[in-house]
Amino acid sequence: MGSQSNKPQTMAQKILAYHCGKEFAEEGEIVNANVDLVLGNDITMPLAIWEFKKVGLKKVFDVNKIAIVPDHFTPNKDIKSAEQAKLIRIFAREYNIKNYFEVGCMGIEHALIPEAGLAVPGNLIIGADSHTCTYGALGALSTGMGSTDIGMAMATGKTWFMVPKTIKFNFNGKLNKWVSGKDLILYLIGKIGVDGALYKSMEFTGSTISGLSMDSRFTMANMAIEAGAKFGVFNVDLKTKEFLRGIGKKESDFSIFKSDENAEYEKVYDFNAGEVDLLVAAPHLPSNVKKAKDLGDVEIDQVVIGSCTNGRLEDLKVANDIIAGKKVNKNIRVIIIPATQKIYLDALKAGFVENFVKAGCVVSTPTCGPCLGGHMGILAEGERALSTTNRNFVGRMGHPTSEVYLAGPAVAAASALTGRISIPER
Amino acid sequence: MVISDKAIKYGNNVNTDVIIPARYLNTSNENELAAHCFEDLDKDFIEKSRNSKIIIAGENFGCGSSREHAPISIKASGIKLIIAESFARIFFRNAINIGLPVISNPEAAKNIKDGDNIEVDLDRGFIKDITSGKEYKTNPFPEFIQKLIENGGYVNFVKAEALREN
Repeated sequence: MGSQSNKPQTMAQKILAYHCGKEFAEEGEIVNANVDLVLGNDITMPLAIWEFKKVGLKKVFDVNKIAIVPDHFTPNKDIKSAEQAKLIRIFAREYNIKNYFEVGCMGIEHALIPEAGLAVPGNLIIGADSHTCTYGALGALSTGMGSTDIGMAMATGKTWFMVPKTIKFNFNGKLNKWVSGKDLILYLIGKIGVDGALYKSMEFTGSTISGLSMDSRFTMANMAIEAGAKFGVFNVDLKTKEFLRGIGKKESDFSIFKSDENAEYEKVYDFNAGEVDLLVAAPHLPSNVKKAKDLGDVEIDQVVIGSCTNGRLEDLKVANDIIAGKKVNKNIRVIIIPATQKIYLDALKAGFVENFVKAGCVVSTPTCGPCLGGHMGILAEGERALSTTNRNFVGRMGHPTSEVYLAGPAVAAASALTGRISIPER
Repeated sequence: MVISDKAIKYGNNVNTDVIIPARYLNTSNENELAAHCFEDLDKDFIEKSRNSKIIIAGENFGCGSSREHAPISIKASGIKLIIAESFARIFFRNAINIGLPVISNPEAAKNIKDGDNIEVDLDRGFIKDITSGKEYKTNPFPEFIQKLIENGGYVNFVKAEALREN
């Protein structure tokens, strides 16, 4: 290893190597790595538990390194969902899982895990949910896997990875008014396509990224999977450290990894952030990106502001800035879902919730709910939603003939007022 | 292992929401899942799958969610093999883990037509389109993945190897 230790590496290579006790991880190599957290939810965990039990162990590898978050169909939407939720609750009790989050202290997993301090820089995290890549915003490597992988990691504390190549995305320049992380990631997916980063690690850098809030970084990392990526990572900087201090972490609680200056990238993209408008992904792919201002004739039936992509305080603040003191269009339903109980409480204290209710919005307890067509806002035949969520595939939010347009919170809130896809007034 | 059957062909970016819509994810029962497989993409899939057990698809097959219910519903429908131009990575892992063979072969996936009779030799690594007479060579899986397949999936592999190390 000695001769390889001087070879330049990307952040993804370094974090994977570190978790295998090696100096160097070769791209394309398959490594068996120790993981820091194994995550599952009420849809994926029942299957993972089933597979875990097949191994025949009495204990999980570490009761502190497993997180179970019933967030998709909770509060239970029907009897079958209730049975699934019950199964994982009983497992959590029987196996003494420390990080089980019951309804009431629950949040959408990818907003909750960072807030709970369970993801920190340098971590390697896997979850049975494709949006597990969200924690890349903190300079961690995290990715989604299926239930069998998660069940086996609960047994062994390890999983296998093929060390990915990295594509670098530089964003430089000043963001336009209302433009957020959601617009940047939609812009990028529009350029490279839904398989443009298949199997790759995406690294986001540049002056725009340095200036970007943590909430916007979480949004971008969250949608790396929508370009097919394994990881979507950001460098740790002052903003990351400020976030970590805010949740009570000390510098000694985490490790910072950074790509070497001369690391090899498969490709480097340079984007001018000043060219990025408020964007919308039209049905039925997240890469079908258009300028929101060009879609003013598109009438909608429902607006959703929430999800692991855009249900954080910054998103609710943007919505509040646009909606407060006004009434939403009487022909549409507007559903706002703070992503965690803490965000809900912060939004309440800031007066956002009262403003939303007065404007005619529904404010829901945290749940993935409508994003995946689960509950709390299913679309009927032929209906159309504008949503701050992450996928607009056929039938994603309900009936197979319904449509989903994806956007950031500013376009969603502006559209809530007009009933058509709209941008905020100047 | 040799798999010989008729092809059902789909396009690019076949996602997990159309393979098994989330409205059916309140269960993990494979037969209940199979009853709704591909429901939003192809209403006739269940009928077709009685006589055609190989799926041919374009790029990025299985993109979207991590739900293992997607390959489980396909396998429980009786499908024996998927050949695509490329696979989304989570779906690929999930399929291997549950013992559903998946082959990435852009040339074969592009050329094979809906309804063609196909013969695939997984061990010797070739795909034969009996209808058109064309043959395609497949790349072997990386050694580690071969080991998973030989063990009959990831669970058996973990039982056999990883735990012995501990």
